[in-house]
Amino acid sequence: MNKFTKQLLPFCSLIFIISLWTFLEPDTFLTTKNFMNVFSRSSINGIMAAAMTFVIITAGIDLSVGSMMAMCGMIGSVVMLGISGASWTDISGGSYVELGLGAMVIGSLASMLIGAICGFANGMLITQLKLAPFIVTLGAMSIFRGVAYLMNAGKPFSVSDYSWLDNGTFAGIPSTIVIMVIVFAIMGFILKYTRFGRYTYAIGSNPETAFHTGVNVKAVLITIYTIVGALVGLASMIATSRASTAQPTAGIALELDIIAAVIIGGCSPSGGRGTMIGTVIGTLLIQFLRNGLTLLGISTNVQLVAVGAIIILAVTADQIATRRQA
Amino acid sequence: MENTATLRMEQILKIFGPVTALKDVTFSARPGTVHALCGENGAGKSTLMKVLAGVHIPEQGKIYLDDQEVQFSNPGQAIDAGISMLYQELDLADHMTVYENVFLGREMMSSVPFVIDRVGMIRQTKELCDKYGFDIDPEAVISSLTTGQCQIVELLKAIMRQAKIIVMDEPTSSLSEGEAHRLFEIVNQLRTQGLTIIYISHRLEEVNMLADDISVLRDGQVVATGLASEMDIDVIVKHMVGRELKDFYPSRDVLIGDICFEADSLASEQGINDISFNVRRGEIVGMAGLVGAGRTEVANAIFGINPLIAGGIKLDGKELRIKRPADAIRQGIAYLTEDRKRSGLCTNLPCSWNMTMPNYERIGMKNLLQLRKEQQLCADFGSKVSVKWSHPDAPADSLSGGNQQKVLIGRWLMADSEFIIFDEPTRGIDVGAKKEVYSLLNELASQGKAILVISSELPELFGICDRILIMRRGHLVGDLATDQATPEQVMHLAAVEA
Repeated sequence: MNKFTKQLLPFCSLIFIISLWTFLEPDTFLTTKNFMNVFSRSSINGIMAAAMTFVIITAGIDLSVGSMMAMCGMIGSVVMLGISGASWTDISGGSYVELGLGAMVIGSLASMLIGAICGFANGMLITQLKLAPFIVTLGAMSIFRGVAYLMNAGKPFSVSDYSWLDNGTFAGIPSTIVIMVIVFAIMGFILKYTRFGRYTYAIGSNPETAFHTGVNVKAVLITIYTIVGALVGLASMIATSRASTAQPTAGIALELDIIAAVIIGGCSPSGGRGTMIGTVIGTLLIQFLRNGLTLLGISTNVQLVAVGAIIILAVTADQIATRRQA
Repeated sequence: MENTATLRMEQILKIFGPVTALKDVTFSARPGTVHALCGENGAGKSTLMKVLAGVHIPEQGKIYLDDQEVQFSNPGQAIDAGISMLYQELDLADHMTVYENVFLGREMMSSVPFVIDRVGMIRQTKELCDKYGFDIDPEAVISSLTTGQCQIVELLKAIMRQAKIIVMDEPTSSLSEGEAHRLFEIVNQLRTQGLTIIYISHRLEEVNMLADDISVLRDGQVVATGLASEMDIDVIVKHMVGRELKDFYPSRDVLIGDICFEADSLASEQGINDISFNVRRGEIVGMAGLVGAGRTEVANAIFGINPLIAGGIKLDGKELRIKRPADAIRQGIAYLTEDRKRSGLCTNLPCSWNMTMPNYERIGMKNLLQLRKEQQLCADFGSKVSVKWSHPDAPADSLSGGNQQKVLIGRWLMADSEFIIFDEPTRGIDVGAKKEVYSLLNELASQGKAILVISSELPELFGICDRILIMRRGHLVGDLATDQATPEQVMHLAAVEA
């Protein structure tokens, strides 16, 4: 079982799912429009999964991404609305506010900055206080969600003009897809072709060895959690744009989908193993699965069950493969 | 003599994928004896014992206990049949107490349903300790015990399980001299009780002293078996490597240069104090001492793992400031740690990655990697240290211990460090690889590097070093030129309070 065949399993599953839906629903499934739709829907998860790949490879986990997304979306929106000169009554009441391009850009950047700060805080707690990532991000998950609800007493912020981002295209391709592809490309490059990427693997494989070979383990981990935050901020703006509102309830249980995509893509939760291409496949696999089930008219509740089953299957297959190798 | 059994394994064949690990191995052990299993790494000793312990199921062959055929398809069955195995890495539950471990999975129950008989278990453990003269508190928590004491707990566990045959895999590899001697006494005692001990060890002096019978494995076959009294060390080594080892330690003819490394009254929180010594270019300096004497702690202090609280380090006369390993590496100090798996290698990552990890700046890949160049470089350095791998990108854990060590030496060769510390460089590697490691050390010295070798094997230090430093209880107590010192002298300094 080498690297290539490891990658083969998720890839074949993806092909299988696509073939299955093509067979069952040829008219609606196998269309450019539907595929674009799937890719576009993948963008939020994909962007976060790209960052989560680094976290999982270091044998860490970030459970806070779903609620961090809600909070970043809320803050980004408030910044946009505030810069556009709206009063708090208008903002909190959800009246229409015209947004300028500058306001939208600054709001988006603010969202990424807030995300980065939150991620940095996670990283500091994990490395400086030597707390388990699971615990820190579990706590953070609750805090971020709480803040998201507190911001407007549980109500969303309305930013209808911001649908500009989600509706936009670049060379005929939806901008969200373009953003996702760029993020995957950059993160994939960092993972494979930079010293930072190597350090990520080394820390996951054996933090003590990494330290002994001169890796600044803490700095690398803090950077990774910060990157996660920034990309969650970016994803939150796509989510906000898509809904034309920033919802405090956005991204509930989303962390599970993200982590699932990464694990299905072949990252080992015990660290030191995984690739970006695997995460791409994992993300698409979940999205195509959902898409086909929706087209077949199967309820979202059943989809939850299906995704859960796939996660367990993927990890089982990986375990069997690893055991056979040993 | 109730708890005794004669063991016979016949025509054992075990295949792993393309590798035949055991070829028609026939092996027997008599009750009331210590039977040593010798062989290089990968010769099949551990595999054979894992077959006996029910971990591996052989493709062919039969196992007899007292002429009765037995078949084990899992370790539990072997344990029930009276076979206990003490692995190199002990498997005790760290947070539990001695008696809990001894009775783990076989707890005594009290008269109240579902309630374990704590008092009874403690009493029985105590009785066993008294019977064998072990000085261990049944209620002590495992993590508070020394490695030597943990081994005794493992033995207690085996005895409690009515073991007739106890397999010990490299039991002294992590013990101090004193602990090892205590273990030998215990082994002798178990032998007198009629138990069979199968003893795997790289330390041939031990084998020579302890064993009644010796079997030597090479390439999955038994190449010699017989009474220990009829096989001396030279004969065993000859069988192990299949060739005569005339000059085991390569001769040295190196010009010793100026002082390269200087330590001036080092102290660290790990309990070392006032350590001053120097190493010249071209010189190999050994560091001897018992386990716990503070040798590794000196290395940790120099390398920035446990930073200094006092003292200074100079390299070529220049004062160095080292706060963490990265600082040491950058300024030309390298450290091969004593535990390859724990702190030397990222075992699941490719060998090439392991080699370049500390060296990206030096090989001109400060931030961006050049994968093809990296692979070429690793292949070059790999052949310099003559490592055997299927490919530089093969995961480190697919290599034998000796080859893993060569990967690590390759790493620091690539780093081109001026001062290199080798901590137990030949621990757990086979005789052939040891010799190659010694040659590599020599070659480094002849290139003008300064080398410090920490080792628990005195013959090794005497074989390769120009000088030997002796540590005792965190202090440097001796600095002897090798050609004017005797092993007895070194041992005396290391072990006896002044």
